[in-house]
Amino acid sequence: MKTIITLLALACSTLLSSADAAKVGQQMPKLSQLLPAATLPNTSGKVVLVDFWASWCGPCKASFPALNRLQAKYAAKGLVIIGIGVDEDAAKYKTFAAKMGATFSLAHDSTHQAASFFSPPTMPSSYLVDRKGVIRHVHSGFQGAKTEAEYVAEIEALLGK
Amino acid sequence: MKPHHFLICLALALPSLSSCSQQLVRVKPYERGVLAKPVMSETLDPLQKAMTEHAYFSREASFGGGGVGGGGCGCN
Repeated sequence: MKTIITLLALACSTLLSSADAAKVGQQMPKLSQLLPAATLPNTSGKVVLVDFWASWCGPCKASFPALNRLQAKYAAKGLVIIGIGVDEDAAKYKTFAAKMGATFSLAHDSTHQAASFFSPPTMPSSYLVDRKGVIRHVHSGFQGAKTEAEYVAEIEALLGK
Repeated sequence: MKPHHFLICLALALPSLSSCSQQLVRVKPYERGVLAKPVMSETLDPLQKAMTEHAYFSREASFGGGGVGGGGCGCN
């Protein structure tokens, strides 16, 4: 009977196990390795906000003005925002990027190399990384002013450190 | 089938099935570009759906229409 229970527990654990996603406390690898084709800003010693977006995702569209505001407010204080577009179609990525008028850096993850490392749970998802390159906060989805207020509090705390 | 036979079968089937589940295609959140296309939506024309539902609801009022409520006079 014990063997059966062990087997059942094992089976359930295999069923429930999912791919490793980037977690809080984990060191972020160099983005230049994950996005070899992209031109990325210098992130050493800076607080970095990595945001995954796609042209087909409504909340991503809503998050752009908020990210632009964060960029305007905190870029001079040491915040770098990198928006990673995961569109498979390069033309759609370009059209959306041009339409949204992002003031922060954008990168196209056409091969999903960065996306498969971070494994964002929803679209959009964002990762707030401290000055030492450790992931401190993970945001899943964008809920307007609520998420923006969370960003502001977390960014101010990380910039102050 | 005796209960413990059933349990043994289940215990044997679950690990083998769970190993199959690793082979299934799992669409990641960042891969849903095609699924997000309008053509993939359940209803292509919301107006047509609303009209069809209204007609169905009116016609099937005695049956409870499209909702879970009871029957009615059919005068919607």
